[in-house]
Amino acid sequence: MTETITTTDALVIDGVALGSRLIMGTGGAPSLDGLGAALVASGTELTTVAMRRYAAGNGGGGGDAGTSLFGLLLENNIRVLPNTAGCFTAREAVMTAELAREALETDWVKLEVIADEHTLLPDAVELVEATEQLVNRGFKVFAYTNDDPVLALRLEQLGAAAVMPLGAPIGTGLGILNPHNIELIVSRAGVPVVLDAGIGTASDAALAMELGCDAVLLATAVTRAQDPVRMAEAFKHAVIGGRLAAQAGRIPKRAHALASSAMEGRPDL
Amino acid sequence: MSTIRLNGAAAPLAAGTTVADLVTAVTGRAILATGQPADGGRIGVAVARNADIVPRSQWSLTAVETDDDVEIVTAVQGG
Repeated sequence: MTETITTTDALVIDGVALGSRLIMGTGGAPSLDGLGAALVASGTELTTVAMRRYAAGNGGGGGDAGTSLFGLLLENNIRVLPNTAGCFTAREAVMTAELAREALETDWVKLEVIADEHTLLPDAVELVEATEQLVNRGFKVFAYTNDDPVLALRLEQLGAAAVMPLGAPIGTGLGILNPHNIELIVSRAGVPVVLDAGIGTASDAALAMELGCDAVLLATAVTRAQDPVRMAEAFKHAVIGGRLAAQAGRIPKRAHALASSAMEGRPDL
Repeated sequence: MSTIRLNGAAAPLAAGTTVADLVTAVTGRAILATGQPADGGRIGVAVARNADIVPRSQWSLTAVETDDDVEIVTAVQGG
């Protein structure tokens, strides 16, 4: 049953169908081997990477899966989504995206332009500027944004391929701090909405999907869990469960109890 | 001897060095004139020279000059 639903309910972004609605980040994993096992357990088909100087031991290069992150993703047939993590200005983000396009041969980019290292929150002004420039240069922009319905819609209008509102600040594991805003973003979006950042545990991901998000992106919640492989599998099921629940249509909340067993026909006891 | 900045550190520059030579020196993989690795895999790196991207098709054709600032980047773990 699950298999049928997940394969017929693909996430389509930029004309590409992804069988899993869980997008994994790769940050925070202590080893490449452990990361590979967690990625496979998660069932993800799209995974973020950062762009950094090539150095022996940083997973650099396109060699074997045992020594390189890029090799690991190629081997497991996982599509790569380079990010612009660590960029504070539109100029840096555009340059990083260009390097990623050249290195990884993809025009997909997770656009991350943060305001400062303390909050890691998106800088709305630079984000808008970078989105506009990248769209003009032919990139498919996955815009990491604040949970601001106005900004999310603006990014879509600028040509973003997907908008990715945060649930909570990066790495906090606080879950979805403003579910109403996420619902509002979803209700007005014409492009896929991916809940990105702040996820702590499986129920957070399920909630994101129940709120109507098209996918969930997370990294730390898996890579820094005590048992990353088990947590990756938990998220796989949580995303499927939340998606099914959203499609099924939940019961309305009520102030008072409503018996599900009929009172009629009770025996005299 | 003349030097360049390679990934943020000073490095000696031999006469006639191309960007492709630097990529081979850093990654250990031979590069064809097309910019693809000779081993047939995917190289997964990009090069910026003085803050301009050098497309891989130009790696073998682009000479590195004294005091150039060359960055060779690749995919690493990130969220």
